[in-house]
Amino acid sequence: MARYIARRLLLAIPVLFGASFLIFAMVFALPGDPIRALAGERALPAAVQAQLNEEYNLNDPLLVQYGKYVAGLAQGDLGEDFRGRPVSDILEQTVPVTVKLSLVALAFEAVFGLIAGVLAGIRQKSFFDSLVLVTTTLVVSIPVFVLGFVAQYVLGLKLGIFPIAGVASGFSGYLLPGFVLAALSLAYVARLTRTALVENLRNDYVRTAKAKGLSPMSVVGKHTLRNSLIPVVTFLGADLGALLSGAVVTEGIFNIPGLGRAVFQAIQNQEGTVVVGIVTLFVFVYILFNLLVDVLYAALDPRIRYE
Amino acid sequence: MSEPRTPTTRGTGGPEPSAALDRDLLAATPSTTSADGAPVPPGSGGAPSAQSDDTRQASLWSDAWRQLRRNKLFLIAVVLLGVLTVMAAFPGLFTSLGDPREGGCSLSNSKMPPSAQAWFGYDIQGCDHYTNVIYGARVSMIIGLVVVAGSGVIGLVLGALAGFYGGWFDILVARLTDIVYGLPIVLGAILILNAFPNRGLLQVAVALIALSWMTVLRLFRSSVISVKETDYVAAARAMGATNLRIILKHILPNALAPVLVYSTIAIGGIIAAEATLSFLGIGLQLPAVSWGLQINSGRNLLRTAPHVIFFPSIFLSVTVLSWILLGDALRDALDPKLR
Repeated sequence: MARYIARRLLLAIPVLFGASFLIFAMVFALPGDPIRALAGERALPAAVQAQLNEEYNLNDPLLVQYGKYVAGLAQGDLGEDFRGRPVSDILEQTVPVTVKLSLVALAFEAVFGLIAGVLAGIRQKSFFDSLVLVTTTLVVSIPVFVLGFVAQYVLGLKLGIFPIAGVASGFSGYLLPGFVLAALSLAYVARLTRTALVENLRNDYVRTAKAKGLSPMSVVGKHTLRNSLIPVVTFLGADLGALLSGAVVTEGIFNIPGLGRAVFQAIQNQEGTVVVGIVTLFVFVYILFNLLVDVLYAALDPRIRYE
Repeated sequence: MSEPRTPTTRGTGGPEPSAALDRDLLAATPSTTSADGAPVPPGSGGAPSAQSDDTRQASLWSDAWRQLRRNKLFLIAVVLLGVLTVMAAFPGLFTSLGDPREGGCSLSNSKMPPSAQAWFGYDIQGCDHYTNVIYGARVSMIIGLVVVAGSGVIGLVLGALAGFYGGWFDILVARLTDIVYGLPIVLGAILILNAFPNRGLLQVAVALIALSWMTVLRLFRSSVISVKETDYVAAARAMGATNLRIILKHILPNALAPVLVYSTIAIGGIIAAEATLSFLGIGLQLPAVSWGLQINSGRNLLRTAPHVIFFPSIFLSVTVLSWILLGDALRDALDPKLR
């Protein structure tokens, strides 16, 4: 087990560096002058432009820029935006909002996804099973921003059940965007759970458990579900990427002052440092989360440890 | 062969690819193994081996075709996609008003709701929204097909090289794959497209290709590895077949089924990704005609003119749904395990 974890950790290092360098290169090496963009319509005096270029290391070659950035990162310095606001400040304000939104989404996924999947799985080919299949296919096909508008229009505007946008009204403001953010993954969790459950219910140990006279409840709950959850748990790791991308859209539509909205605004203003700071954070969180899930996977499924 | 110990379908980037469109692989992967045994080992029976190779190969596809013809969802998807393709190629067949960018709009009609003259109402510029939506099909279909074809070619070529030759090249490709998997597709595309002040189909397509070639690569690489040590490949080599011929004639046909299934579903995901990017304002730019842009233009009209968002949303969702249904049907037909 320790060897497995060590190997996974070692494999993650080049990925972390590679991903952050790739992002850095994409933002800085491609055309587009951030200082000129900052100035807007009127061009800056050459001297000011030169000084700003110097201040933000824009004259250095890409590799040197990246080196300085990583060195700063190691000292907890995430850089600052062009108005002099440290990126770490922006993070401090927005991270709790996005974390809260993601947790709400995750809770929706886990609770409704599992329930739908289990109910569909134990009654294969029943009406409910078909319903889950049809609904999940539909949900998967509807892009998040379309779903967001539909929810906003129907549940917020027409029925008035939820606040339309913002988080001023407290927790209830998170429910609708959280649900929209969760919808896609919820569909996948339901399908995965159903498929895994159906497969596992065919196994010999299930027949043995039934033959022993265990109640259907404990056959499914204790024996089958536990094995069926393994793919679901690993899915949740990959899912974080979808949640983070979805947050950019969802927070934009529902005007949630989180990281997603911050990324989007920073991109509009061509504020490379902020984009790199936040997206690198996204990517790091994503990779680390996947690492965690892989380790968890090994703990859940002993076969993985000895590959 | 010094095969690195990295698992073929799982890497540091996570057990599953990041983008939603990749997730269906979970179900698609089993067919990799099922298709592996399809070609006939040389010397089975007395029949001429070249011919038996052909008939066996055809049987997977003809079996699949027989099953597909009975599948109602497949037929629905094909009809829908047929209509959408015609719509993309000849939008003039559906509307008499011509390209919405070439005038014909009147500001006095701005935001008018659907009526008998204008089935989908008018947008904020007073253009006929039905015409807008019809013309929007082209961008979506082109982006979907071009991106999936492009990333498919990259994936097949790199996957073949990495799987067939192994060694340092394989390790390099595997690490690169891990890294790119670390970038969720929409976020990565935002970063790339941000660098282009003027964005058209080309830029959006390149950005999406750059972030979506990995799954085909992994599928094909693992197919190549699982097949290259088999007897029939050894036999082909003994008969003097070149590496290229072995890859094209013996390995590619067997690996095609899962790649095809994945690609079909991926087209839907790519179309959704383009619309998302255009909606965010980082994909296509006006005056391009794209459902994402149309939905974006209606963003602040949800109270007063919901039809501006409603109709392109329906078309977009139906298009994505059609590709996913087609992919699902193909998977059911091509994966013998499900029969």
